[in-house]
Amino acid sequence: MRVACGIDISAPRELVWEAITDPARYLHFMAGLTRWEVASDEPTGLGARYRMLMRVGSAEIGGLVEVVEWDELGDLAWTSVTGLDQRGRWRLRERPQGHTRVEFRLSYGVAGSGLFGWLAEQVAAPMVRANLRRSLQQLKRQVEHEQLRALAAQRRSRSAV
Amino acid sequence: MAETTRADTLSTNGHRRETIPSPASTEAGEARPGLIERALRAATDQVTRRIPAADLDERDPDYIRESLPRLWLLASIYFRAEVRGLGNIPETGPVLLVGNHSGGNLTPDTGVFTLAFSAYFGIERRFYQLAHNLVLSMPGLGMLRKYGTVAASPENAETALSSGAALLVYPGGDYEVHRPIWERHKVDFNRRKGFIRLALEQGVPIVPVVAVGGQETALFLSRGERLAQTLLLDRLFRLKVLPISIAPPWGLNVGDMLGHFPLPAKITMEVLPPIHLTQEFGADPDVDEIYDHVVRLMQDTLDALAAERRLPIVG
Repeated sequence: MRVACGIDISAPRELVWEAITDPARYLHFMAGLTRWEVASDEPTGLGARYRMLMRVGSAEIGGLVEVVEWDELGDLAWTSVTGLDQRGRWRLRERPQGHTRVEFRLSYGVAGSGLFGWLAEQVAAPMVRANLRRSLQQLKRQVEHEQLRALAAQRRSRSAV
Repeated sequence: MAETTRADTLSTNGHRRETIPSPASTEAGEARPGLIERALRAATDQVTRRIPAADLDERDPDYIRESLPRLWLLASIYFRAEVRGLGNIPETGPVLLVGNHSGGNLTPDTGVFTLAFSAYFGIERRFYQLAHNLVLSMPGLGMLRKYGTVAASPENAETALSSGAALLVYPGGDYEVHRPIWERHKVDFNRRKGFIRLALEQGVPIVPVVAVGGQETALFLSRGERLAQTLLLDRLFRLKVLPISIAPPWGLNVGDMLGHFPLPAKITMEVLPPIHLTQEFGADPDVDEIYDHVVRLMQDTLDALAAERRLPIVG
Protein backbone atom coordinates (compact mmCIF):
# COMPACT_ATOMS: atom_id res chain seq x y z
CA MET A 1 0.00 0.00 0.00
CA ARG A 2 1.33 3.42 -0.88
CA VAL A 3 0.26 6.58 0.88
CA ALA A 4 1.43 10.01 -0.28
CA CYS A 5 0.81 13.56 0.86
CA GLY A 6 2.18 16.92 -0.26
CA ILE A 7 2.38 20.47 1.01
CA ASP A 8 3.83 23.86 -0.05
CA ILE A 9 6.18 25.44 2.45
CA SER A 10 7.04 29.13 2.32
CA ALA A 11 10.72 28.58 2.88
CA PRO A 12 13.73 27.74 0.73
CA ARG A 13 14.63 24.13 0.00
CA GLU A 14 17.79 24.32 2.12
CA LEU A 15 15.80 24.94 5.29
CA VAL A 16 13.39 22.08 4.61
CA TRP A 17 16.25 19.74 3.72
CA GLU A 18 17.99 20.63 6.94
CA ALA A 19 14.87 19.70 8.90
CA ILE A 20 14.21 16.37 7.22
CA THR A 21 17.81 15.21 7.41
CA ASP A 22 18.22 15.89 11.13
CA PRO A 23 17.24 12.70 13.00
CA ALA A 24 16.90 14.63 16.27
CA ARG A 25 13.95 16.58 14.86
CA TYR A 26 11.84 13.65 13.69
CA LEU A 27 10.12 13.07 17.02
CA HIS A 28 9.16 16.75 17.06
CA PHE A 29 7.35 16.95 13.76
CA MET A 30 6.42 13.37 12.79
CA ALA A 31 2.92 12.52 14.00
CA GLY A 32 2.44 9.05 15.49
CA LEU A 33 6.17 8.46 15.70
CA THR A 34 7.20 6.97 19.06
CA ARG A 35 10.81 6.21 18.21
CA TRP A 36 13.44 7.46 15.76
CA GLU A 37 16.89 6.52 16.99
CA VAL A 38 20.15 6.52 15.11
CA ALA A 39 21.40 2.93 14.74
CA SER A 40 24.53 3.51 12.65
CA ASP A 41 27.89 5.23 13.09
CA GLU A 42 26.90 8.07 10.78
CA PRO A 43 23.74 9.86 11.94
CA THR A 44 22.87 11.09 8.44
CA GLY A 45 23.70 10.41 4.81
CA LEU A 46 23.52 7.42 2.55
CA GLY A 47 23.61 4.21 4.58
CA ALA A 48 22.47 5.82 7.85
CA ARG A 49 20.23 3.55 9.85
CA TYR A 50 17.41 4.37 12.20
CA ARG A 51 15.28 2.31 14.55
CA MET A 52 11.78 3.69 14.16
CA LEU A 53 8.27 2.97 15.39
CA MET A 54 4.96 4.58 14.46
CA ARG A 55 1.73 4.01 16.37
CA VAL A 56 -0.88 2.69 13.96
CA GLY A 57 -4.04 1.24 15.48
CA SER A 58 -3.20 -0.87 18.50
CA ALA A 59 0.49 -1.43 17.77
CA GLU A 60 3.71 0.47 17.36
CA ILE A 61 4.91 -0.65 13.97
CA GLY A 62 8.26 -0.16 12.29
CA GLY A 63 11.72 -1.62 12.56
CA LEU A 64 15.21 -0.85 11.37
CA VAL A 65 15.38 1.34 8.25
CA GLU A 66 18.31 2.41 6.10
CA VAL A 67 18.74 5.47 3.90
CA VAL A 68 19.17 4.19 0.34
CA GLU A 69 18.85 7.39 -1.63
CA TRP A 70 20.43 10.75 -0.75
CA ASP A 71 20.08 13.33 -3.47
CA GLU A 72 21.17 16.59 -1.82
CA LEU A 73 18.27 19.07 -1.51
CA GLY A 74 16.10 16.77 -3.62
CA ASP A 75 15.23 13.22 -2.61
CA LEU A 76 15.76 11.23 0.54
CA ALA A 77 14.53 7.62 0.56
CA TRP A 78 14.79 4.79 3.04
CA THR A 79 13.86 1.16 3.04
CA SER A 80 13.30 -1.35 5.84
CA VAL A 81 16.00 -3.76 6.94
CA THR A 82 13.91 -5.53 9.61
CA GLY A 83 10.29 -5.28 10.70
CA LEU A 84 7.41 -4.23 8.51
CA ASP A 85 8.26 -3.89 4.80
CA GLN A 86 8.39 -0.18 4.14
CA ARG A 87 9.83 2.39 1.83
CA GLY A 88 9.69 6.08 2.62
CA ARG A 89 10.59 9.09 0.52
CA TRP A 90 10.92 12.82 0.99
CA ARG A 91 10.78 14.68 -2.31
CA LEU A 92 11.61 18.40 -2.33
CA ARG A 93 11.06 20.60 -5.39
CA GLU A 94 11.63 24.32 -5.76
CA ARG A 95 8.63 26.56 -6.40
CA PRO A 96 8.60 30.27 -7.37
CA GLN A 97 9.04 32.99 -4.72
CA GLY A 98 11.32 30.88 -2.56
CA HIS A 99 8.67 28.25 -1.79
CA THR A 100 9.25 24.52 -1.63
CA ARG A 101 6.95 21.70 -2.62
CA VAL A 102 7.34 18.78 -0.19
CA GLU A 103 6.04 15.32 -0.91
CA PHE A 104 6.11 12.56 1.67
CA ARG A 105 5.49 9.01 0.46
CA LEU A 106 5.29 5.83 2.47
CA SER A 107 4.79 2.34 1.06
CA TYR A 108 4.21 -0.45 3.54
CA GLY A 109 3.03 -4.03 3.83
CA VAL A 110 4.00 -7.52 4.92
CA ALA A 111 5.04 -9.80 2.09
CA GLY A 112 3.30 -13.17 2.21
CA SER A 113 0.52 -12.10 4.54
CA GLY A 114 -2.22 -12.77 1.95
CA LEU A 115 -5.77 -11.48 2.14
CA PHE A 116 -5.51 -10.38 5.77
CA GLY A 117 -2.37 -8.47 4.93
CA TRP A 118 -4.18 -6.65 2.12
CA LEU A 119 -7.13 -5.92 4.39
CA ALA A 120 -4.88 -4.65 7.18
CA GLU A 121 -3.12 -2.34 4.71
CA GLN A 122 -6.47 -0.88 3.59
CA VAL A 123 -7.68 -0.40 7.16
CA ALA A 124 -4.38 1.16 8.22
CA ALA A 125 -4.19 3.53 5.23
CA PRO A 126 -6.40 6.33 6.66
CA MET A 127 -4.44 6.23 9.94
CA VAL A 128 -1.08 6.36 8.15
CA ARG A 129 -2.33 9.11 5.82
CA ALA A 130 -3.52 11.15 8.81
CA ASN A 131 -0.09 10.77 10.42
CA LEU A 132 1.63 11.86 7.21
CA ARG A 133 -0.65 14.90 6.78
CA ARG A 134 -0.11 16.02 10.36
CA SER A 135 3.64 15.47 9.99
CA LEU A 136 3.73 17.73 6.94
CA GLN A 137 1.66 20.40 8.68
CA GLN A 138 3.98 20.30 11.66
CA LEU A 139 7.06 20.39 9.43
CA LYS A 140 5.62 23.40 7.58
CA ARG A 141 4.90 25.22 10.84
CA GLN A 142 8.34 24.53 12.26
CA VAL A 143 10.30 25.45 9.13
CA GLU A 144 8.26 28.60 8.42
CA HIS A 145 8.61 29.76 12.01
CA GLU A 146 12.35 29.22 11.77
CA GLN A 147 12.39 31.20 8.54
CA LEU A 148 10.45 34.05 10.16
CA ARG A 149 12.74 34.05 13.18
CA ALA A 150 15.80 34.14 10.91
CA LEU A 151 14.38 37.03 8.88
CA ALA A 152 13.48 38.94 12.04
CA ALA A 153 16.99 38.43 13.38
CA GLN A 154 18.41 39.76 10.11
CA ARG A 155 16.18 42.84 10.30
CA ARG A 156 17.21 43.50 13.88
CA SER A 157 20.90 43.24 13.07
CA ARG A 158 20.48 45.57 10.06
CA SER A 159 18.63 48.22 12.10
CA ALA A 160 21.26 47.98 14.83
CA VAL A 161 23.96 48.83 12.24
CA MET B 1 22.49 -41.43 38.59
CA ALA B 2 20.54 -38.23 39.16
CA GLU B 3 20.54 -37.58 35.42
CA THR B 4 19.07 -41.01 34.75
CA THR B 5 16.33 -40.46 37.28
CA ARG B 6 15.47 -37.08 35.74
CA ALA B 7 15.35 -38.53 32.23
CA ASP B 8 13.16 -41.35 33.41
CA THR B 9 10.63 -39.09 35.00
CA LEU B 10 10.37 -36.43 32.30
CA SER B 11 8.15 -36.80 29.31
CA THR B 12 9.06 -35.44 25.87
CA ASN B 13 7.38 -32.12 26.54
CA GLY B 14 9.35 -31.48 29.70
CA HIS B 15 6.64 -32.54 32.12
CA ARG B 16 7.14 -35.00 34.90
CA ARG B 17 5.18 -38.16 34.25
CA GLU B 18 2.42 -38.48 36.77
CA THR B 19 0.90 -41.71 37.86
CA ILE B 20 -2.62 -41.82 39.16
CA PRO B 21 -2.78 -43.59 42.47
CA SER B 22 -6.10 -45.34 42.86
CA PRO B 23 -7.68 -46.45 46.10
CA ALA B 24 -7.39 -50.04 44.84
CA SER B 25 -3.67 -49.91 44.11
CA THR B 26 -2.71 -47.98 47.23
CA GLU B 27 -4.67 -50.15 49.60
CA ALA B 28 -4.10 -53.56 48.07
CA GLY B 29 -0.51 -52.89 46.97
CA GLU B 30 -0.05 -55.00 43.86
CA ALA B 31 -3.75 -55.55 43.24
CA ARG B 32 -4.79 -55.54 39.56
CA PRO B 33 -5.96 -52.11 38.40
CA GLY B 34 -9.70 -51.78 38.19
CA LEU B 35 -11.75 -50.81 35.18
CA ILE B 36 -12.15 -47.18 36.25
CA GLU B 37 -8.44 -46.82 36.91
CA ARG B 38 -7.54 -48.30 33.53
CA ALA B 39 -10.00 -45.98 31.81
CA LEU B 40 -8.53 -42.97 33.63
CA ARG B 41 -4.99 -44.01 32.70
CA ALA B 42 -6.00 -44.49 29.07
CA ALA B 43 -7.60 -41.04 28.98
CA THR B 44 -4.51 -39.45 30.56
CA ASP B 45 -2.24 -41.23 28.09
CA GLN B 46 -4.34 -39.98 25.19
CA VAL B 47 -4.02 -36.36 26.31
CA THR B 48 -0.33 -36.72 27.23
CA ARG B 49 0.40 -38.15 23.80
CA ARG B 50 -1.25 -35.16 22.15
CA ILE B 51 0.90 -32.65 24.03
CA PRO B 52 3.68 -31.73 21.63
CA ALA B 53 7.30 -31.93 22.64
CA ALA B 54 8.46 -28.57 23.97
CA ASP B 55 10.91 -27.69 21.26
CA LEU B 56 11.86 -24.00 21.34
CA ASP B 57 12.93 -24.30 17.70
CA GLU B 58 9.29 -24.68 16.70
CA ARG B 59 8.92 -20.91 16.99
CA ASP B 60 8.73 -19.66 13.43
CA PRO B 61 9.57 -15.94 12.97
CA ASP B 62 8.37 -15.92 9.35
CA TYR B 63 5.01 -17.33 10.37
CA ILE B 64 4.71 -14.71 13.12
CA ARG B 65 5.61 -11.95 10.68
CA GLU B 66 3.07 -13.07 8.11
CA SER B 67 0.33 -13.37 10.72
CA LEU B 68 0.94 -9.95 12.30
CA PRO B 69 -1.56 -8.19 9.98
CA ARG B 70 -4.24 -10.68 11.08
CA LEU B 71 -3.43 -10.07 14.74
CA TRP B 72 -3.31 -6.33 14.10
CA LEU B 73 -6.81 -6.37 12.57
CA LEU B 74 -8.17 -8.37 15.48
CA ALA B 75 -6.47 -6.20 18.10
CA SER B 76 -7.13 -2.83 16.46
CA ILE B 77 -10.65 -3.30 15.12
CA TYR B 78 -12.27 -5.97 17.27
CA PHE B 79 -10.67 -5.43 20.68
CA ARG B 80 -9.64 -1.75 20.19
CA ALA B 81 -6.54 -2.76 22.10
CA GLU B 82 -4.02 -0.43 23.65
CA VAL B 83 -0.66 -1.54 25.03
CA ARG B 84 1.31 0.95 27.10
CA GLY B 85 4.80 0.93 28.54
CA LEU B 86 6.54 -1.51 26.20
CA GLY B 87 9.63 0.64 26.65
CA ASN B 88 9.81 -0.70 30.23
CA ILE B 89 10.90 -4.09 28.92
CA PRO B 90 14.72 -4.32 28.85
CA GLU B 91 15.94 -3.99 25.25
CA THR B 92 18.02 -7.15 25.36
CA GLY B 93 18.51 -10.26 27.42
CA PRO B 94 16.20 -12.70 29.14
CA VAL B 95 13.21 -11.33 30.98
CA LEU B 96 10.27 -12.90 32.78
CA LEU B 97 7.02 -11.21 31.80
CA VAL B 98 4.36 -11.92 34.41
CA GLY B 99 0.77 -11.31 33.40
CA ASN B 100 -2.69 -11.53 34.91
CA HIS B 101 -4.72 -14.03 32.93
CA SER B 102 -8.17 -13.32 31.55
CA GLY B 103 -10.70 -14.47 28.99
CA GLY B 104 -11.19 -18.20 29.53
CA ASN B 105 -9.56 -20.70 27.21
CA LEU B 106 -9.39 -18.12 24.43
CA THR B 107 -7.29 -15.37 25.96
CA PRO B 108 -7.33 -12.27 23.79
CA ASP B 109 -4.69 -10.61 26.01
CA THR B 110 -2.02 -13.02 24.83
CA GLY B 111 -2.71 -12.33 21.15
CA VAL B 112 -2.71 -8.59 21.73
CA PHE B 113 0.54 -8.75 23.68
CA THR B 114 2.23 -11.03 21.14
CA LEU B 115 1.41 -8.51 18.42
CA ALA B 116 2.61 -5.57 20.50
CA PHE B 117 5.85 -7.29 21.55
CA SER B 118 6.67 -8.60 18.06
CA ALA B 119 5.94 -5.25 16.41
CA TYR B 120 7.89 -3.28 19.02
CA PHE B 121 11.00 -5.43 19.35
CA GLY B 122 10.81 -7.19 15.99
CA ILE B 123 10.22 -10.85 15.33
CA GLU B 124 13.97 -11.36 15.62
CA ARG B 125 13.76 -11.14 19.40
CA ARG B 126 12.88 -14.55 20.79
CA PHE B 127 9.67 -14.54 22.77
CA TYR B 128 8.01 -17.58 24.32
CA GLN B 129 4.78 -18.07 26.21
CA LEU B 130 3.88 -20.85 28.62
CA ALA B 131 0.48 -22.45 28.14
CA HIS B 132 -1.54 -25.18 29.78
CA ASN B 133 -1.09 -28.68 28.37
CA LEU B 134 -4.70 -28.86 27.28
CA VAL B 135 -4.44 -25.67 25.24
CA LEU B 136 -1.48 -27.06 23.33
CA SER B 137 -3.14 -30.42 22.76
CA MET B 138 -6.41 -28.93 21.46
CA PRO B 139 -7.03 -29.68 17.79
CA GLY B 140 -6.57 -26.62 15.60
CA LEU B 141 -4.29 -24.79 18.04
CA GLY B 142 -1.05 -26.30 16.74
CA MET B 143 -0.12 -22.93 15.27
CA LEU B 144 0.44 -21.62 18.81
CA ARG B 145 3.78 -23.45 18.84
CA LYS B 146 4.86 -21.34 15.86
CA TYR B 147 4.29 -18.26 18.01
CA GLY B 148 6.62 -19.74 20.63
CA THR B 149 4.02 -21.24 22.95
CA VAL B 150 5.33 -24.19 24.96
CA ALA B 151 3.79 -26.39 27.64
CA ALA B 152 3.94 -24.79 31.09
CA SER B 153 6.58 -26.53 33.16
CA PRO B 154 9.60 -25.37 35.19
CA GLU B 155 11.94 -27.19 32.79
CA ASN B 156 10.56 -25.42 29.72
CA ALA B 157 10.65 -22.06 31.47
CA GLU B 158 14.30 -22.57 32.45
CA THR B 159 15.23 -23.62 28.91
CA ALA B 160 13.54 -20.57 27.41
CA LEU B 161 15.14 -18.10 29.81
CA SER B 162 18.59 -19.63 29.63
CA SER B 163 18.42 -19.27 25.84
CA GLY B 164 18.21 -15.51 26.41
CA ALA B 165 14.55 -15.17 25.41
CA ALA B 166 11.69 -13.17 26.85
CA LEU B 167 9.19 -15.45 28.52
CA LEU B 168 5.54 -14.67 29.27
CA VAL B 169 3.97 -16.57 32.14
CA TYR B 170 0.58 -16.43 33.77
CA PRO B 171 1.04 -17.67 37.34
CA GLY B 172 -2.72 -17.64 37.95
CA GLY B 173 -3.18 -20.06 35.04
CA ASP B 174 -6.50 -21.89 34.74
CA TYR B 175 -7.51 -20.70 38.23
CA GLU B 176 -7.32 -17.02 37.40
CA VAL B 177 -8.45 -17.15 33.77
CA HIS B 178 -11.84 -18.59 34.75
CA ARG B 179 -12.56 -16.29 37.70
CA PRO B 180 -16.15 -15.07 37.82
CA ILE B 181 -17.05 -11.81 36.12
CA TRP B 182 -17.50 -9.95 39.43
CA GLU B 183 -13.81 -10.63 40.16
CA ARG B 184 -12.70 -9.38 36.73
CA HIS B 185 -10.67 -6.57 38.22
CA LYS B 186 -8.77 -8.80 40.62
CA VAL B 187 -5.24 -10.19 40.25
CA ASP B 188 -5.50 -13.72 41.62
CA PHE B 189 -2.43 -15.96 41.34
CA ASN B 190 -3.84 -18.36 43.94
CA ARG B 191 -0.59 -17.93 45.94
CA ARG B 192 1.44 -19.60 43.15
CA LYS B 193 5.00 -18.41 43.58
CA GLY B 194 6.93 -20.62 41.16
CA PHE B 195 7.60 -17.66 38.88
CA ILE B 196 9.55 -15.90 41.64
CA ARG B 197 11.76 -18.92 42.28
CA LEU B 198 12.30 -19.19 38.53
CA ALA B 199 13.35 -15.53 38.25
CA LEU B 200 15.68 -15.89 41.23
CA GLU B 201 17.29 -19.08 39.91
CA GLN B 202 17.78 -17.61 36.46
CA GLY B 203 18.77 -14.15 37.70
CA VAL B 204 16.31 -12.41 35.40
CA PRO B 205 14.12 -9.38 36.08
CA ILE B 206 10.36 -9.70 36.46
CA VAL B 207 8.31 -7.35 34.29
CA PRO B 208 4.62 -7.26 35.28
CA VAL B 209 2.11 -7.00 32.44
CA VAL B 210 -1.36 -5.94 33.56
CA ALA B 211 -4.41 -6.29 31.35
CA VAL B 212 -8.02 -5.25 31.72
CA GLY B 213 -11.00 -6.16 29.55
CA GLY B 214 -10.26 -9.81 28.78
CA GLN B 215 -12.61 -11.08 31.46
CA GLU B 216 -15.49 -9.25 29.79
CA THR B 217 -15.27 -11.37 26.63
CA ALA B 218 -17.77 -13.81 28.17
CA LEU B 219 -20.01 -13.95 31.23
CA PHE B 220 -17.92 -16.13 33.53
CA LEU B 221 -20.08 -17.46 36.36
CA SER B 222 -18.03 -19.99 38.30
CA ARG B 223 -14.69 -21.78 38.24
CA GLY B 224 -16.48 -25.06 38.95
CA GLU B 225 -13.72 -26.28 41.26
CA ARG B 226 -15.92 -28.85 43.02
CA LEU B 227 -17.12 -30.17 39.68
CA ALA B 228 -13.54 -30.59 38.48
CA GLN B 229 -12.62 -32.40 41.67
CA THR B 230 -15.61 -34.73 41.45
CA LEU B 231 -14.74 -35.64 37.86
CA LEU B 232 -11.05 -36.20 38.81
CA LEU B 233 -9.96 -33.59 36.26
CA ASP B 234 -7.28 -32.25 38.58
CA ARG B 235 -5.58 -35.66 38.70
CA LEU B 236 -6.15 -36.51 35.07
CA PHE B 237 -5.35 -33.28 33.23
CA ARG B 238 -3.93 -30.95 35.89
CA LEU B 239 -7.24 -29.09 35.65
CA LYS B 240 -8.30 -27.52 38.91
CA VAL B 241 -11.40 -25.98 37.42
CA LEU B 242 -14.33 -26.78 35.15
CA PRO B 243 -15.60 -23.29 34.39
CA ILE B 244 -19.21 -22.41 33.83
CA SER B 245 -19.96 -19.36 31.72
CA ILE B 246 -22.47 -17.87 29.33
CA ALA B 247 -20.77 -17.29 26.01
CA PRO B 248 -21.64 -17.28 22.33
CA PRO B 249 -22.34 -19.46 20.41
CA TRP B 250 -23.09 -22.04 23.11
CA GLY B 251 -25.16 -20.09 25.61
CA LEU B 252 -24.43 -22.00 28.79
CA ASN B 253 -20.83 -23.13 28.37
CA VAL B 254 -19.45 -25.79 30.73
CA GLY B 255 -15.74 -26.45 30.54
CA ASP B 256 -15.02 -24.07 27.64
CA MET B 257 -13.23 -27.00 25.99
CA LEU B 258 -14.33 -25.96 22.52
CA GLY B 259 -13.60 -22.33 23.20
CA HIS B 260 -16.16 -19.62 22.59
CA PHE B 261 -16.72 -16.58 20.46
CA PRO B 262 -15.26 -13.75 22.53
CA LEU B 263 -17.28 -10.57 22.97
CA PRO B 264 -15.57 -7.47 21.56
CA ALA B 265 -14.38 -6.04 24.88
CA LYS B 266 -11.86 -3.22 24.78
CA ILE B 267 -8.51 -4.46 26.03
CA THR B 268 -5.99 -2.18 27.69
CA MET B 269 -2.59 -3.43 28.82
CA GLU B 270 0.17 -1.77 30.76
CA VAL B 271 3.73 -2.98 31.11
CA LEU B 272 5.33 -1.96 34.40
CA PRO B 273 9.01 -1.20 35.05
CA PRO B 274 11.23 -4.24 35.63
CA ILE B 275 11.74 -5.59 39.15
CA HIS B 276 15.34 -6.68 39.74
CA LEU B 277 14.80 -9.08 42.62
CA THR B 278 18.21 -9.30 44.26
CA GLN B 279 18.80 -5.55 43.85
CA GLU B 280 15.49 -4.67 45.44
CA PHE B 281 15.06 -7.49 47.97
CA GLY B 282 18.64 -8.42 48.84
CA ALA B 283 20.83 -11.44 48.16
CA ASP B 284 18.57 -13.83 50.07
CA PRO B 285 15.10 -12.50 49.36
CA ASP B 286 11.87 -13.63 50.95
CA VAL B 287 9.68 -15.18 48.26
CA ASP B 288 6.47 -14.27 50.12
CA GLU B 289 7.53 -10.64 50.36
CA ILE B 290 8.27 -10.51 46.61
CA TYR B 291 4.96 -12.21 45.83
CA ASP B 292 3.02 -9.66 47.87
CA HIS B 293 4.96 -6.82 46.26
CA VAL B 294 4.36 -8.03 42.68
CA VAL B 295 0.68 -8.74 43.26
CA ARG B 296 0.16 -5.38 45.00
CA LEU B 297 1.84 -3.52 42.13
CA MET B 298 -0.25 -5.35 39.57
CA GLN B 299 -3.47 -4.90 41.54
CA ASP B 300 -2.87 -1.15 41.89
CA THR B 301 -2.31 -0.89 38.14
CA LEU B 302 -5.36 -3.01 37.39
CA ASP B 303 -7.46 -0.78 39.67
CA ALA B 304 -6.21 2.28 37.78
CA LEU B 305 -6.94 0.69 34.40
CA ALA B 306 -10.38 -0.41 35.60
CA ALA B 307 -11.11 3.13 36.79
CA GLU B 308 -10.57 4.37 33.21
CA ARG B 309 -13.40 2.16 31.97
CA ARG B 310 -16.80 3.76 31.75
CA LEU B 311 -18.78 0.72 30.61
CA PRO B 312 -18.14 -3.03 30.49
CA ILE B 313 -17.12 -4.32 27.03
CA VAL B 314 -17.28 -0.81 25.52
CA GLY B 315 -14.38 0.26 27.70
